[in-house]
Amino acid sequence: MSLQIEGMTKRFGTNTVLRGVDLALAPGTITAFMGANGAGKSTLVKIVAGVHSASGGTMTLDGRPFAPVTPSAALRAGVVVVHQIINDNVVLTMDVLENLMIDRLCAGGSPIFRRRTHRDEAQAMLDRVGLDVPLSAELADLPLADRQMVAIARALAHDPKLLILDEPTSALSDSEAERLFAVLEGLRDQGVPILYISHRMGDIRRLADRIVTLRDGRVTGDFSAPLDYSGAVRAMLGAALDAAAHDRVPPGPPVLTARGLRVLPGAAPLDIDLNAAEVTAIVGLVGAGKTELAETLYGLRRPLAGKMTLNGAPYAPRHPGDAVAAGVFMAAEDRTGGSIVPDFDLARNVTLPFLGAFSQFGMMRRDREARRASEAIAALDIVAQGPDDPIASLSGGNQQKVVLARWLTRPARVLILDEPFQGVDIAARRDIGRALRATARDRATLVLCSDLDEAIELADRIVILSHGALRAEQEAGALDRTALVHAMSAAA
Amino acid sequence: MPDTVLTASEPPARSGADLRVLAVRWGLIVLLLGMVGFFAAAEPAFLSVRNMVIVLQSVSIVAILALGVTCTLVVGGFDLSIGSVAASALMAASYVMVVWEGGTLAAVAACLALGLLVGLVNGLLIVKLRVPDLLATLGMMFLLLGLQLIPTAGRSIATGMSLPDGTVAEGRFTATFLALGRHRVWDTVPISVLVMLALAVAITVFLTFTRWGRVMYAIGSNPQAARLAGANVERYKIAAYMISGLCASIGGILLAARVGRGDVSSGNSLLLDAVAAALIGFAVFGAGKPNAVGTAIGALFVGLLLNGLTMMNAPYYTQDAIKGAVLVAALMFTFGLSVRRS
Repeated sequence: MSLQIEGMTKRFGTNTVLRGVDLALAPGTITAFMGANGAGKSTLVKIVAGVHSASGGTMTLDGRPFAPVTPSAALRAGVVVVHQIINDNVVLTMDVLENLMIDRLCAGGSPIFRRRTHRDEAQAMLDRVGLDVPLSAELADLPLADRQMVAIARALAHDPKLLILDEPTSALSDSEAERLFAVLEGLRDQGVPILYISHRMGDIRRLADRIVTLRDGRVTGDFSAPLDYSGAVRAMLGAALDAAAHDRVPPGPPVLTARGLRVLPGAAPLDIDLNAAEVTAIVGLVGAGKTELAETLYGLRRPLAGKMTLNGAPYAPRHPGDAVAAGVFMAAEDRTGGSIVPDFDLARNVTLPFLGAFSQFGMMRRDREARRASEAIAALDIVAQGPDDPIASLSGGNQQKVVLARWLTRPARVLILDEPFQGVDIAARRDIGRALRATARDRATLVLCSDLDEAIELADRIVILSHGALRAEQEAGALDRTALVHAMSAAA
Repeated sequence: MPDTVLTASEPPARSGADLRVLAVRWGLIVLLLGMVGFFAAAEPAFLSVRNMVIVLQSVSIVAILALGVTCTLVVGGFDLSIGSVAASALMAASYVMVVWEGGTLAAVAACLALGLLVGLVNGLLIVKLRVPDLLATLGMMFLLLGLQLIPTAGRSIATGMSLPDGTVAEGRFTATFLALGRHRVWDTVPISVLVMLALAVAITVFLTFTRWGRVMYAIGSNPQAARLAGANVERYKIAAYMISGLCASIGGILLAARVGRGDVSSGNSLLLDAVAAALIGFAVFGAGKPNAVGTAIGALFVGLLLNGLTMMNAPYYTQDAIKGAVLVAALMFTFGLSVRRS
């Protein structure tokens, strides 16, 4: 049993996500698959699972050509995927037995479903993963970890020829994860190739026989035993060691300070100053606490401990409205879900937080809005016909420019950008970086990202966040990349 | 993420696309004008001022309720309690005047307060307790339908009725209150029509041109984006339900003034007619979203259709089927033909 991928490419419109991936998964190996957000991991998995079709390249499964057009075709061929979002794998309102038998239900057979006939089979599926829950327990009543194990039990019942797991341990405790690992090792010994996507170095150290890294749609590293873990992280994050392409701006006085701030349970408290005129990048892997930190600064969650001050005065926003009123702005990580209003045109998307500045006696002044939008289109090189363009007609990069234009509309004290380059092409990324640096003088700017190169391109100062705590801090122009990478990949 | 990148799709054949855009934008208006032309040709009296006033009067209360429910649709919600709010307001007005022998102001104030209170409770249920909007307002609908029966032990309210405690209600509807339903300005235009027009203008201006209306549309389109832009989403949602309750209670006041008694079965069809008007409004000018102008035109559309059919002696029992057909056609224009499919 083996999967061969050769020269796989995938384009979405003008955006190329996979640029010729070669990957061979051999029987009886667990391959850890690493890559930053947007590297193309999920796209690759979705092609193998029959959700997307490739733009180019070939796949063979056990030597036979393999090109699934639907997820169920992939499943019939023996490719089993456990998705990252656990609740997508199970039906919460059904009990354990029904969840385990759901493929059987959908496949047809007797019109009458009799629990009795399926009980032994379902129990055997549970025993295989060592899960001890009653078959009649409703999934909604089970902890997340048990739900995940039910999903995995169901996946294993398909007799996988290839098993793909997308961050399966993100909800599991250590002992639960250990149980999963034992099952996976059993499968490996039976000769099943396993592709294991994870950002957890601990899992990878424990389990992987091999590490493959993906970056910008290409395989950038392929490591076999003995595994070079920091080499893998370096390959995943990019090896271009250019010095920052910009001059370091001398920082002004601190604008926002945090003392003893704790954003993740169990993390060490962190102290940080965000200084005027300075662009600070906080870099960390998924789960390092970047988004939690940003949300704390923006009033979306309360700090677990610690205090913040803004321009010397206590700062404890209870709501994003408080933060915006205080001059702390944030462009959220999830552009589609958290920033873009799909029914609005370009201009209305730009002005949304500052309607007061574009209205008179409460009535919107369309002329002022249009003027601001035209200004933004020119300043950020937004590719659009004009202020009236529906936002959905813009590409990802241009939508991100609109989001940035939104928060550059009024003077900020602190501007926070959470993963500003997700799904953004290189040209737009350059424009956004230039606009950010050009306007940075009168505020403190904080960029959160998981890609070290993006941070180097943009920041005056880079801080590494890992498990909710600050690990290393370096200034542009005097970067020790190895130390940064090491700090990022350190297991807690 | 790559998955969210727009896939450039081939534009459909040019003329087909144009035709579709035209149909989406003007389909309902063309239908409306065609219908008016047909009735006018068949029945010359159809276009007379007298008949037009009858049409406007017949749709005014439905339209007022529909304008309120439009506000809840704009924030991505729905208010099913409007019909029973109107019915409760009618009972409350009657009770204040007939049983408590109160004046016009007291009756109107009691109704408006009731509408605002119900809206507030709806809003709190939905926002604070996270009850799904349809369920919260459905529950409220049942609650109000039952509550309004209790003070009079299930009987209609009229002067001279005997109360549960054995006394006889001596109060009566004040002349001023009745004038709200029966007086005609310049001997032609009923007050309810003026109230409807005023509310239609006010809510159009509010939703389309003010910053608060803008935020409400943003909430309906992407509540998380609105929240992250600093909007207090919860307060706006509660406000939308309060506007809806207020409109429904205004409708109830006008209905009470028109029928002149606290009739328990009045206002039975208000909810469905108002919801239909608001949904037909999606299709007007191809808006594809809730809007006050569309809602008013939607209400007018249904009113003209029923009036014309009545003039042409169509049997009354076909009315609901015809209303349903119009609604389905309008929804087809909005959703089936719309090019803004995600």
